[in-house]
Amino acid sequence: MKPRIVIVGAGHGGIQAAASLREEGFEGDITLLSEDPALPYQKPPLSKGYLQGKQTDEAILFRSANWYTTNQIDLQLGVSATHLDPATHQLTTSAGDTLTYTHLILATGAANRRLPLPGADEVLYLRTLADAQQIGDRLAQAERVAIIGGGFIGLELAAVAVEKGKAVTVIEYQPRLMQRVLPPVISDVFGRTHLQHGVQLRLGVGLQAIQKQGHSHTLTLTDGQSLTADLVVAGIGVIAETGLAASAGLVCEDGIRINEYGQTSVPDIYAIGDCAAHDNPYAGKCLRLESVQNAVDQAKTVVSHLLGNPRPYRAVPWFWTNQYHLKLQMAGISAGFDTYVIRGDEAADKFSVYYFKAGKLLAVDSLNRPADHLNARKLLEAGVTPTEAQITDLIFNLNGVL
Amino acid sequence: MPKVTYIETSGKEHLVDLPLGATLMEGAVQNDVKGIVAECGGSCMCATCHVYVDDAFLDRLPDMEEEENEMLDGASAERRANSRLGCQVRISNQLDGLIVRIPDKQ
Repeated sequence: MKPRIVIVGAGHGGIQAAASLREEGFEGDITLLSEDPALPYQKPPLSKGYLQGKQTDEAILFRSANWYTTNQIDLQLGVSATHLDPATHQLTTSAGDTLTYTHLILATGAANRRLPLPGADEVLYLRTLADAQQIGDRLAQAERVAIIGGGFIGLELAAVAVEKGKAVTVIEYQPRLMQRVLPPVISDVFGRTHLQHGVQLRLGVGLQAIQKQGHSHTLTLTDGQSLTADLVVAGIGVIAETGLAASAGLVCEDGIRINEYGQTSVPDIYAIGDCAAHDNPYAGKCLRLESVQNAVDQAKTVVSHLLGNPRPYRAVPWFWTNQYHLKLQMAGISAGFDTYVIRGDEAADKFSVYYFKAGKLLAVDSLNRPADHLNARKLLEAGVTPTEAQITDLIFNLNGVL
Repeated sequence: MPKVTYIETSGKEHLVDLPLGATLMEGAVQNDVKGIVAECGGSCMCATCHVYVDDAFLDRLPDMEEEENEMLDGASAERRANSRLGCQVRISNQLDGLIVRIPDKQ
């Protein structure tokens, strides 16, 4: 029988898996299920260039419709997987089909965490193209925008909204923006820049209640203050989509547990991307990473393993965000650092922070220093730690230590 | 629509029509040109859509921003005088007939 690989999910991971299978010469059948009815598209621009109107629907497509046909990828749009039976290798879909696979790749992503508050049913969330279109339409009409959550998504939305002339308030429960992933040396620059652009920041307070009155919402905060807004958007994190895997008995623990080749607890089922909990050598622990890099590189790892060329997943994690003139590129995972060294010009918002733990380079955040970022990925991959003198010497080319 | 020829490292050529305003990176990805990775999707974040453009067109290309210039310094393949990031070059009528070569690695 001809082998058949079924991929569930058509985000960065699912698309990369399909593309890599064909590029590496896989000649069996490929079925790609996408719950989203739209031709598969990239999500990172949705909170940035797409909402700004700088990137069109076409510009964010992964591939043209024609690509799926010429590469013989059976793309099923608007179809989700409803039941998985690992014993018989069968997957049932919402279209009523039962697909028999030789291997299955779960690229199911994550779902937005929702506000557990009464009155919050009209709060908008951003994940899909349809979400972005709805937020864009509502934003055009809105004057006062409240954003719940001062993480990447919330702040990218805040920047877009304030640049469109809206009155924007960001409410963040932690005392700093992006506290989970960034130390003050970087997050303070973002905080200051949002303030300079007129965004109101309400830090260290939570949302207690939302009430709708006519076309506007009154938000009551945990410090007793309140504000009104005609558009409320929340970006308060995500929950891994593990439902299908868990109900089929796959081991899940905040994500579908995988090994270094992307295999789940059932060896012919793989998981990649946001939904996959893996031991990450750069984090030194088991975690999920919500990033393009992780989805793409795990897809490549899985395809290599499937086609008999196993290479354990050891890719350097990297992430980015764009807000105003601030372009932040992160390489490695800085959590747990004990010291850092700065390269560049802090006053000009053009510097990189090199984080160390016990004398070893752990991660590098580069703000408007793209060459440092690309170089940092190479340093981290090679496991090379430059000296403080080399880092602070702007004339010194850090490629030289490789 | 302006025509662009992409030449892969294998020598395989793709002659494609690109809509005005599309980028060289988008044209490559949409037309299945091998060797353009475009990991970040056109955000000038990853330097994996590095291309060599035909010298005859160099002065007709849009100017290079500083961030593209810096990213090219970190690209995997050798940087040359005609290196650009595909995501930063938008197609105009002036670029009709452009020839783009793909580097050996991204």
